[in-house]
Amino acid sequence: MSKGEPLLDVRGLSVDIRQGATALRVVNELSLTVRRGEAVGLVGESGSGKSMTAFAVMNLFPSPLARVAAGQVLLEGRDLAQMAPAELRATRGARVGMVFQDPTSYLDPLMPVGRQIAEPLRAHGRTEGLEARVLELLDLMELPNAARVARQYPHELSGGMRQRILIATALAMQPALLIADEPTTALDVTVQAGILKLLMRLRRELDLGVLLITHDLAVVAETCQRVNVMYAGQVVESNEVGPLFAAPRHPYTQGLLASILSPHSRAHSLFSIPGSVPIAGQWPGGCRFHPRCPIIRAGLCDTSAPALQARGSGADRCHLSGEPMAADAWRRNEATSP
Amino acid sequence: MSEVTLTPDAVPAVGTPFRNAGFRRRLLRRPTTVLALAFLLLLFGLAVCAPLVTAYDPLGGGDSALLEPLSPGHWLGTDDLGRDIWARVVHGTRISLTVGVMSALCAVVVGVIAGALAGYFGGWLDALLMRIAEFFQTLPRFVVALIMIALFGTSVLKMIVVIAALSWPQLARVVRASVAALAQSQFVDAARVAGMGHGAIIVREILPNAAAPIIVLGSLDIAMAILIEASLSFFGLGDPNHVSWGAMLNDAQQYLRSAWWMSAFPGLAIALTVLSFNIVGDALNDALNPRGNSK
Repeated sequence: MSKGEPLLDVRGLSVDIRQGATALRVVNELSLTVRRGEAVGLVGESGSGKSMTAFAVMNLFPSPLARVAAGQVLLEGRDLAQMAPAELRATRGARVGMVFQDPTSYLDPLMPVGRQIAEPLRAHGRTEGLEARVLELLDLMELPNAARVARQYPHELSGGMRQRILIATALAMQPALLIADEPTTALDVTVQAGILKLLMRLRRELDLGVLLITHDLAVVAETCQRVNVMYAGQVVESNEVGPLFAAPRHPYTQGLLASILSPHSRAHSLFSIPGSVPIAGQWPGGCRFHPRCPIIRAGLCDTSAPALQARGSGADRCHLSGEPMAADAWRRNEATSP
Repeated sequence: MSEVTLTPDAVPAVGTPFRNAGFRRRLLRRPTTVLALAFLLLLFGLAVCAPLVTAYDPLGGGDSALLEPLSPGHWLGTDDLGRDIWARVVHGTRISLTVGVMSALCAVVVGVIAGALAGYFGGWLDALLMRIAEFFQTLPRFVVALIMIALFGTSVLKMIVVIAALSWPQLARVVRASVAALAQSQFVDAARVAGMGHGAIIVREILPNAAAPIIVLGSLDIAMAILIEASLSFFGLGDPNHVSWGAMLNDAQQYLRSAWWMSAFPGLAIALTVLSFNIVGDALNDALNPRGNSK
């Protein structure tokens, strides 16, 4: 596989959740790519379809009612939908590892963590050198006193250590792709920084593709090279990290960025996007963001759905993003400049 | 309290700490539990070395006097055929414990397999297995055991099979409930994501977490099985080649007034054994359940 070919190539992915006779579309024609050694962020509020996207990449949903309705997921050039169940299982854990939000409930409470790290190895038929590999992984996770930690149970470890155990488990088989679903959301800010640093070091050293799913743009800014912003099941803007943070084009992205707290934020000037993400199935016609958008143009935004248009290094899904007024949709710069 | 039903509340939460240092302390907190455990240990000891601790043949009378009261030669007296009661009670331990433990073991194996399959896979398999379990549960255990043994003849093996066949559904239902809950848990999702197969997930991830109710119900099933075996023997449906407490009670019926020792000691043996297994079962339930530790 050449360096340029994407490791993960999601094309026009749609995910449905069956509800009786009808189906609820929770992810709508989502496309993204992850290359080796590249960290890609998938950002959005709760309910925007981020996690469903991650499960679709594993072709494994937490509910039997969810299914991939359209589109392709190509992993190292191979279509997951074409794989036989046994082949899929051989892929999970071996080529793709996954890390979750709450390390506590994702670890078996009755199994020493060393054995849990070895489980993927066992599941993929490795029987020898398990212990050595586990210790090596624990060292890689920067956990001191690896031999002792390996014998401990999850409840004996701190949250940050548990997350490192989960990462070690995900990386046991040296996968090419790591999906991290809100890996730091349940952790303290200081621990969070440690985990993010670790993830980025692993990305560099292991030439790992990372798909980082988060609601926190600050996390993305620190770690990713590319960002995809999701709103109501769609990608509304994607770009490289630099341009996206310097000049966000979609009003939603601008709103998200304005919501980040800084030392200069004061209680009276806190910003939040009015309203909330509509729940799946009640998405408005036209542009899905138009009821919350400050620069809505009647007759356009509420009737025709904008397509994802490539602009410069990125792409966005806004009718008006080419116009000057869209550069600062929330008039934050006018309002806050002295 | 021959039958203790476990409500979902009583099923210990995920993460039952078997290896927790507090487990032994919680288990042995009450003196009655210690006594019951000691009694059961003694019972197993007697069953194993029955010929060593008795001087008489439990089945043949020999030349002893008939209906002899308690004496230095016959500690617990003799029965209407001159057989030593102590020897018979001790040898009866073997049959009771064999039937009790083996049938509970069979019931646990069948119940765990059926419950795990039903709880993990759900769907039609769940429906099928649970309907079968319900069919067995609706039958009154003792009456069915009586009819089966009366129809097909008696032997220790047949008793074990019949009692196990009537005991597994309760276990299967409890296991199914635990497994169904655990199958939704996130560490099982993590195991699936790691590429583990269904079998490995059930055996390595789910069942260890569902072990507590299985152990508790298993110990209660032993008591139940001992009671059924004694009852069958009392009705003359026991294995005639072995000494059984129930059969001894049957023999003793005509001599209740004249030779109280013939009924008292086997009766006491049954009562104490069943009571002990129930006490230990309850104590295990409390000790394995992290909640409700206030006592």
